[in-house]
Amino acid sequence: MTTTLHREDTASDEPAPTRERPSVSRRFVGGGRTGWTLAALVAAVLVAVPVLMLAASILTPSGDVWAQQWRTRLPGELRNTAVLLVGVAVGTVVLGAGMAWLVSAYRFPGSKQFGWMLILPLAMPSYILGFLTLSTVGRTGPVQDWWREQFGRDAWFPDVESLGGAIITFTLVMYPYVYLLARAALRDQASGAYQAARTLGATRAEASRRIVLPLVRPAVAAGAAIVIMETLTDFATVTYFGVDTVSVGVFQIWRGTYDRDAASEIATLVLAFALLAIGLERVARGRARFAQSTAAGAGIEPIRLRGGRAVLATGTCVLLLLAAFVGPVLRLVLWAIQEQRSVRGTPQIDQFGDYLANSLQLVVFTVVVCITVAVVLANAQRFGRPRLTRFSTRVTAMGYAVPGPVVAIGVILAVVGFDELLGRVGLELPGAVRTGSLLILVYAYAVRFLAPGLTAVESGIGQVSDEVTASARTLGATTLETARRVHLPLTRSALLAATVLVGVDALKELPIVLLLRPFGFDTLPVWVYLLASESRFQQAALPSLSIIAVALLPVALLARRLDRNEP
Amino acid sequence: MQLTPRRIAALGLTAGLCMTAVGCSGGDDDTLRVYSGRHYGIEDAFAQFTDDTGIEVEFLTGNDAELRERIQAEGDDTDADAYITVDAGNLAAAAEQGLFQPVDSPILDAAIPAELSDPEGRWFGFAVRVRTIVYNPDLLSADEAPDTYEELADPEWKGRVCMRVPDNVYQQSLVASLISAHGEEDALRIVTGWADNAELIGNDVLILESVADGLCEVGLTNHYYLAREYEENPDFPVALKWANQADRGVHVNVSGGGVTAASDQPEQAQQFLEWLATDGQDILVAANHEYPANADVAAEPLIADRFGTEFVRDELNASVFGSLNPDAVRLMDEAGYR
Repeated sequence: MTTTLHREDTASDEPAPTRERPSVSRRFVGGGRTGWTLAALVAAVLVAVPVLMLAASILTPSGDVWAQQWRTRLPGELRNTAVLLVGVAVGTVVLGAGMAWLVSAYRFPGSKQFGWMLILPLAMPSYILGFLTLSTVGRTGPVQDWWREQFGRDAWFPDVESLGGAIITFTLVMYPYVYLLARAALRDQASGAYQAARTLGATRAEASRRIVLPLVRPAVAAGAAIVIMETLTDFATVTYFGVDTVSVGVFQIWRGTYDRDAASEIATLVLAFALLAIGLERVARGRARFAQSTAAGAGIEPIRLRGGRAVLATGTCVLLLLAAFVGPVLRLVLWAIQEQRSVRGTPQIDQFGDYLANSLQLVVFTVVVCITVAVVLANAQRFGRPRLTRFSTRVTAMGYAVPGPVVAIGVILAVVGFDELLGRVGLELPGAVRTGSLLILVYAYAVRFLAPGLTAVESGIGQVSDEVTASARTLGATTLETARRVHLPLTRSALLAATVLVGVDALKELPIVLLLRPFGFDTLPVWVYLLASESRFQQAALPSLSIIAVALLPVALLARRLDRNEP
Repeated sequence: MQLTPRRIAALGLTAGLCMTAVGCSGGDDDTLRVYSGRHYGIEDAFAQFTDDTGIEVEFLTGNDAELRERIQAEGDDTDADAYITVDAGNLAAAAEQGLFQPVDSPILDAAIPAELSDPEGRWFGFAVRVRTIVYNPDLLSADEAPDTYEELADPEWKGRVCMRVPDNVYQQSLVASLISAHGEEDALRIVTGWADNAELIGNDVLILESVADGLCEVGLTNHYYLAREYEENPDFPVALKWANQADRGVHVNVSGGGVTAASDQPEQAQQFLEWLATDGQDILVAANHEYPANADVAAEPLIADRFGTEFVRDELNASVFGSLNPDAVRLMDEAGYR
């Protein structure tokens, strides 16, 4: 907490002394340049330290482990990881952008409701959909049982416990990331330009292809990047499907051979994949930067679909929602009812209130910290030294590409190291900053979840044209005033999206809270884990439902907002 | 800066958040703090311990290996007085990393058999979990079902076996016991045979369901998962066979714990271990259908009735296969077991 506030203070103290400096740089130089740059650098250092604590092991490579891994698992893991990432990226882009286009550009029965309902799967943690999928359509689930009854024991059925099954599951849970950003871009950026193109005589198809597509491309690329990071660092879900990825390999070395150093070395491969994804995102975005200089136009005029096409459109939406959300939730509800009626009941249900309160507390802390830092960083890119701030922002976003447990151990090592440093000069860390304190937990969450918040805030600020910033500055506003009175109000939608993305991610997060939490501080996902880790999936139904229910609140809020016309 | 109501509210919120953040951290009272990789039913056990002894217990559950890493990373600052896990590999690793202090307790020595505890007294096993052969009685008679782990590597079982994925600690410790019994080379041959024959499945419950559905004729699981199925459906169509009864006996793993090296109150922690080994045995193991480590304590009725209590156990010391765990993981890699 204190660090974040302090960071803001550093920024706000600065403007006065440098205010009169003449404008020399490409950007809006002048007030607050040092302050903004410094704030961005501090954020980057705070995120980088715990990751570097572990990455340092690469300096003394464990040659024999690498050799052994290359000879055995690594080639397969690299191949699986690549296929999984490409599959999920393609799947979420097609599904996310496609659905965004479908509900924005067409009218069909239910299109308005589907517009917000399609975000719902965001509330479903992938680890829950993982075990639900397997226990429903997996080899021993009711679907295949029925299939075998009909067609005999050896009847062919697609292999669910496979790379393909994992790709489909991830796609169903994560397409909303792309969908959300694509829809926001369609509404905020593309609608005005689309209208202009149509006025200038472009056909509908031409305007869509030549105007809308390039304008939406950065948002889709950003969404795909988030999806790739989430998939890359996942460990629980891929294990359900028996898919051996690099992350699985890292855990196998860490938990199975107790070799943390070698595990973190292999984990650098995960980082390499992440860097590759970020690089690809930059390429996909292109050099273009689109800002909205006028108020949004009337929007893309939706075409009314009739007959077979309308049925097809409605059918697609219904099927998608059934598979990604309604079906799984129904299955959980049935299990939960069954468990409540049985003698065992759901364990620890009497502590539900505590779990809920702890989860909410953690989510609020994380959102406050992440959004504050994201806003500072996004503004710093406009006001600070371009190279340094851009570099800092990239570093800050890297935390998302590091698996949760790796972040958690890194944070413990960093805190213990800091404590020792203080100890040398005779000081002691106060209890609140010890490992296993809520503060440290939030710090780890911030390291991990700054990226999704930052992505959303950045894309929001990207929409504010340079001229607007320049006008405010010319009229004598300090950088801080510009940020607060011009940028913030103009990026309200993006801030809301960022809040929801970070909040839902923080609510669903499991490995960090499992490893770093204080005594007695159990959250809803911990409750699910404790049951699921002993394969008590049916007893985990009620806890799982409660996570989904809580996540639905912000998702519904965002959905309502999305449906309104003005940003 | 002006004080608008909004700003006051924001300040209040921030201050409130900071206060709760500080308030949540643990204090230095005489509460016993336990890190536990064991989850199911421990709450009742700990509550009973407090009733019996008046010592308050706080516990933190999680993944075995990660909790061990946390104790190590926290060093002298750790809050943990005791560390409990469900696998000998993690206990052995914790002992090797110096995270436990040796305990000299006549009570523990009398209650826990030597093969279920560390020879240097750094940790003790409290609950016994047996990893053995299960089969579908509609497809195989008891005689046809394989008798040993080694037999499952024979080509005749190709495509008929379901086993657990290699990231599972129980499967790892079973392989570690093979290394100890046969040496690396032969163990590699056996596990390679398994890899050729078996379908690898994500958890023991799915293995049992696959066997019940006839998708596999034979599986390898921990005994208590089957007990759990029987609890729900006494006619669950899977039967159990203790492995290797004619030679070294069936592989048993332990769930156990020790007193941390950095504990502030080692006496109470030791008292806790002693309680788990005696009065606490029943409440600790019965709900999860495990066998008690203490021979004076009776196994709970369901497993005593369906599986029996008289069978030959591999007496290999848990610390031995525990320390062989890393080798087992590498061997499974080499064997293509994945």
